[in-house]
Amino acid sequence: MLGYVVRRLLGAIPTLFIIITLAFFLMRIAPGGPFDQERALEAKVLENLNRVFHLDRPVWEQYLYYLGNLARGDLGPSFIYRDFSVQQLLANGLPVSIQLGGMALLVALLAGSVLGTIAALRQNSWIDYSVTAVATFGITVPNFVVAPLLSLIFGVWLSMLPAGGWGGGSPQNMVLPVITLALPQVAIVARLIRGSMIEALRSDHVRTARAYGLPARMIVGVHALRAACLPAVSYLGPAAAALLTGSVVVETIFGLPGIGRYFVQGALNRDYTLVMGTVIIIAVFVVIFNLIVDLLYAALDPRVRYD
Amino acid sequence: MLKLAVIRPLLAGALAAAGVAAGANMALAETTYVRGNDGDPETLDQHKTSTVVEAHLLRDLYEGLVVYDNKANVIPGVAESWDVSDDGLTYTFKLREDANWSNGEPVTAEDFIFSLQRIMTPETAAKYANILYPIKNAEKINKGEAEPETLGARAVDDKTLEITLEQQTPYFIELLTHQTGLPVNKAAVEEHGTDFVKPENIVTNGAYTLVSFTPGDKIVMEKNAEFHDAENVSIDRIEWLPIEDRASCVRRFEAGEVHSCSDLPTEQLASLKERLGEQVRIAPYLGTYYFAFNTEKEPLDDVRVRQALSMVVDREFLADEIWAGAMLPAYSLVPPGIGNYEGGGATVDWADMSPLDREDRAIELMKEAGVGPDNPITLEISYNSSENHKNTSTAIADMWKPLGVNVTYRVQDLSAHYAMLRDTSDYQVARAGWIGDFSDPQNFLFLVESDNTGFNYAKYKNPEYDALMEQAAAEGDLEKRAEILRQAEAMFLEDQPFMPLLFYSSLSLVSPKLEGWEDNIQNVHGTRWMSLSE
Repeated sequence: MLGYVVRRLLGAIPTLFIIITLAFFLMRIAPGGPFDQERALEAKVLENLNRVFHLDRPVWEQYLYYLGNLARGDLGPSFIYRDFSVQQLLANGLPVSIQLGGMALLVALLAGSVLGTIAALRQNSWIDYSVTAVATFGITVPNFVVAPLLSLIFGVWLSMLPAGGWGGGSPQNMVLPVITLALPQVAIVARLIRGSMIEALRSDHVRTARAYGLPARMIVGVHALRAACLPAVSYLGPAAAALLTGSVVVETIFGLPGIGRYFVQGALNRDYTLVMGTVIIIAVFVVIFNLIVDLLYAALDPRVRYD
Repeated sequence: MLKLAVIRPLLAGALAAAGVAAGANMALAETTYVRGNDGDPETLDQHKTSTVVEAHLLRDLYEGLVVYDNKANVIPGVAESWDVSDDGLTYTFKLREDANWSNGEPVTAEDFIFSLQRIMTPETAAKYANILYPIKNAEKINKGEAEPETLGARAVDDKTLEITLEQQTPYFIELLTHQTGLPVNKAAVEEHGTDFVKPENIVTNGAYTLVSFTPGDKIVMEKNAEFHDAENVSIDRIEWLPIEDRASCVRRFEAGEVHSCSDLPTEQLASLKERLGEQVRIAPYLGTYYFAFNTEKEPLDDVRVRQALSMVVDREFLADEIWAGAMLPAYSLVPPGIGNYEGGGATVDWADMSPLDREDRAIELMKEAGVGPDNPITLEISYNSSENHKNTSTAIADMWKPLGVNVTYRVQDLSAHYAMLRDTSDYQVARAGWIGDFSDPQNFLFLVESDNTGFNYAKYKNPEYDALMEQAAAEGDLEKRAEILRQAEAMFLEDQPFMPLLFYSSLSLVSPKLEGWEDNIQNVHGTRWMSLSE
């Protein structure tokens, strides 16, 4: 088991290297540079800036320079936030994104499983239909509609919660962003669980459990749900990586200091190092969560073993 | 010799007395002004900044030789008075005795000399160093051709600073209000290097000092007790919020979470005015929104074509319908209300003609140039992606139709768009805008000088125009200079290398609790002039 984990992590290194290389050169292909803003800079000033940031060197040299720094754990200075290094920016923002994403993930898992299970147990009843309707709504309404709407209703009209801001991470500031992040995930998880639960309830091992006369709670809660979880778990792996690395929409609309904005803003501003930093973070999260999913599979499904 | 300003000791005494009275109320709750800003600063290092977002922050942290009051008048700052030599080349600033840094040390002439040399040193890589090029040898130092010590700035004594210029510059005092002219604390910079901007290291000389800076969250400032006018600074604490989504600032304003917003969503402007009334502030701003014609490309090399294309655009429609009243129609390059432009700017002769007459005349001009509905041409409009630019371009394409002009579009993000304008000549018509750095017509008219490779997106080359601009630069008499600049602007309007479309407005939301916020053309609102009532 441990050997398997170590093998997987070592196997991720070439993957990360390829991602970093691709991202580095793709970024440079985009026209314009970090200092091409609305107001042009004097030619000499631009030259000074390019020299300070090593942009006057050939791209391959910049690439080697970047890899060299990366090997020492240095992600470089940000081109746009000049008072911070990329590490500092990510270190400030990542905990915020992880808190919000983690809460949203938890809500999605709990609410999604419960709703999905209920719908499956009462298949084709009004409960089932309403869960499906809510799920469809959750998936189709985009977060850039949900977020301002929640902020307007609960922040401005009802004055129950802050309309925006982080407030040092106080719980009331987190409610609306977490709901916005969780809503589509709840919907997807509910639908996945509902589908696989219906299948699981008809499967041989559940019928056997029924034949043994086990209580219904036990059958649904342990034997059926365990099998029904599998599709949701494989979906949630990549979804968790996406949630925990922040959402540009939610962060911008609620004014939160996470790292989701850095990816989009960095790309628009051609802040090469910041984009590279976020790409690395996201790639690492995807690798880790895929590994976690595989390990969870082994725990949930008796047929899967890594020895 | 010209005596410009003196602060009377008597007045200072009166102010100090008032301060004692105010001090009695200090036991009351601390006031915190939650202030929306357009985003995060790139840096708080005044020498590396270039944006308005940073200007707002730095105005509260530092005090330059001169400052803007809340109506954007230039008033004495660290310099309590100054003399200008008869040839207009030497400025001698007398620094106020009570100007101190937040660590209690006095602000000296040496701090300013260090600061000016620092911004010009190529290694600093200051984005806006060129603003201060009028200072003697500044340009050479910035280009690595001279040593920083050769800069035209000298300390006569601790409290007397002498600045020598390359050539006389009537707007030099105005220039010093820009953030590039703010001093840094020499000791702090020498000790901490680029980290001198960190809250634990920063030493400021303005009304406030930095407490914390968390990107994406907030910047907190607190009143600087060492500031010479501290007794008249009423707001104790500022929380600056970097709000990139303008609509979310409006929501937070309506929820009572912020006291002011620095920009508004134009699409909501009508409903905002209805809902919030006087709290919505729309003020003329020192900026022009224009489309540049690439004069190197056919058929735009023909002045008749450019004239016709410009003439037929209904600016009133753009301002009122497309921009919902957030912009004003523009028939000239230099915005109205600018300083040093005695008698006002030039304007086109067709500005007051009816739209129909203008269209007839434009069709006539196009016909002369060989273009018409039976012989149509295709032009490409380039703009950086934005809903408003898109709507503006589409509306203009529609107005050009009767002339026999078909339009295609090239839409890119901001960096790509401006990189194209600067580094290639591979475009025909391109959107751009200019916000003045200081209040002087030169700062607009220089855009199309033929050697201005960075901004002359029209590739306009007119030796007569360049000659007029040079003549204006050498003219010391402000009235005569205004007359020359007016001639240059008239020439510009005749040639239409740019098609000026709109003048910018500044849009703000200001809570009634916030007093002292005065609308002004520079959109400068130093917190030290404001107060908050509960």
